[in-house]
Amino acid sequence: MTELTSLTLAEARDRLRKKDISAVELTSAHVAAVEKARALNAYVLETPEQAVAMAKASDARLAKGEAGPLEGIPLAIKDLFATKGVRTTACSHILDNFVPTYESTITAQLWRDGAVMLGKTNNDEFAMGSSNETSSFGTVQSPWRREGSNTPLVPGGSSGGSAAAVAAQLCLGATATDTGGSIRQPAAFTGTVGIKPTYGRCSRWGVVAFASSLDQAGPIAKTVRDAAIMLRSMAGPDAKDTTCVDRPVPDFEAAIGKSVKGLRIGIPKEYRLDGMPAEIEKIWQQGCDWLKSAGAELVDVSLPHTKYALPAYYIVAPAEASSNLARYDGVRYGLRVPGRDITDMYEKTRAEGFGAEVRRRVMIGTYVLSAGYYDAYYLRAQQVRTLIKRDFEQCFAVGVHAMLTPATPSAAFGIGEKGGADPVEMYLNDVFTVTVNMAGLPGIAVPAGSDGQGLPLGLQLIGRPFDEETLFSLGEVIEREAGRFVAKPWW
Amino acid sequence: MSVDADTVRRIARLARIAVAEDEVEHLKGELNAMLAFVEQLQEVDVAGVEPMTSVTPMAMKMRKDEVTDGGNAEAVLANAPQSEDGFYLVPKVIE
Repeated sequence: MTELTSLTLAEARDRLRKKDISAVELTSAHVAAVEKARALNAYVLETPEQAVAMAKASDARLAKGEAGPLEGIPLAIKDLFATKGVRTTACSHILDNFVPTYESTITAQLWRDGAVMLGKTNNDEFAMGSSNETSSFGTVQSPWRREGSNTPLVPGGSSGGSAAAVAAQLCLGATATDTGGSIRQPAAFTGTVGIKPTYGRCSRWGVVAFASSLDQAGPIAKTVRDAAIMLRSMAGPDAKDTTCVDRPVPDFEAAIGKSVKGLRIGIPKEYRLDGMPAEIEKIWQQGCDWLKSAGAELVDVSLPHTKYALPAYYIVAPAEASSNLARYDGVRYGLRVPGRDITDMYEKTRAEGFGAEVRRRVMIGTYVLSAGYYDAYYLRAQQVRTLIKRDFEQCFAVGVHAMLTPATPSAAFGIGEKGGADPVEMYLNDVFTVTVNMAGLPGIAVPAGSDGQGLPLGLQLIGRPFDEETLFSLGEVIEREAGRFVAKPWW
Repeated sequence: MSVDADTVRRIARLARIAVAEDEVEHLKGELNAMLAFVEQLQEVDVAGVEPMTSVTPMAMKMRKDEVTDGGNAEAVLANAPQSEDGFYLVPKVIE
């Protein structure tokens, strides 16, 4: 049975089609693995009965030769995606008992294509965090540990449960969302592949909103090919989301193995930070060498406004969050704490329902949008955002096809190690990923090596708008050279 | 720029989040750490730069102005903490 959970999504798909295995066998093996791995806290809700029922339906379609692109593939769904009749909480106490009466567009497309739902995965509350430590369901433990150590490590965040579930082989792929790095950073921490597509590639309808101009969903998967297969099903136009573009979805999988000869890869000098660990420098150089040997041309580029991306993000994202989270008022859904009048009810409900990080961000967002401060903070941040995007556009205009950078400034850290005294310490995790959200570009994190203690490290490729295909081609070159990174079970 | 205790209380009110008096000092410290961090944006020359309004240049989608949905009062109210006769119930607002 364990053998079935070690398959990649592509391998499982091919074996299902050849009838080597059944969807029920494949799903049952994953259901058993999920039950055995509860110590990780990767899933906040398991749906084994629904999973087996969906797998049976898949077997029937496979038998009739009507298999969809993801037929019988067991997936995990981040608890930020509304799933009809299945509790969806965004891992916030304020949504403890929320059971959607509708399905998000992305998950609806996954089920349309035959996928099977194993359950809902843990994340930072409302996706606000970089370590999965702000979840109302508690921290996720990474399946990875430092060599010879029992110290529990974070899986990264906010999609920490999804990344841990994929890394621990508790699903064949997982949905995730990325506002400042929440797909790519946990993927890098867990040795998995995560892609944040171009803003507008995937519908945001039915995905709990954090910062609407930055939020974008994507997959976390075991391999680059698996991520490409999943993204094809997740992406596509949607009349219900006006920011979702009307563009046909390419066959992303066809980009795997395509030659990267002659592609120009920008190496942005601003990503070389003072005090960056030598191992990060090393894998970055290694990645450059691999792409060069595959025929790509490396060019030094400059993105001068890089250092302003994170501070600008911490104005734009909280501002949008304060607006989006105004809906949690104890009236229409979620928690209600009674008060002496309606304002008192709002205030008590939100005080009890929101965790510390969410409260902090809603308050800072309220402040920067308040009368007298809007121009100094929010307007200026949006101007800086224009400059960040312009930096990228100028590089792409002179023929750069993609950029290669580290994905994170370090390997995974211990639970409780960061951000205790100063929230900014935690925010710095996203220093390499957040620029991509600010500019709306696609970015993929691919495992590329290990640090001295055996923990995976990732590289990031940043692409031109709507050119995810080039990222899949380049990402697979790195994957081929670096090999796969699979955590040794201790749970 | 930094915030004082009174400003923290004012922001909490605007955000409709009850903050206990013994949390004000701590919150002030956290908010000021964030404000100090974003302070570096002041050194960027933004003269004449258009603020970003849409990260992907695209025309707003239009659809026919017709009823496509509705009649789902039960589904809409399914998650309400308190409802009655097809309405949400809230504490008395007008005396």
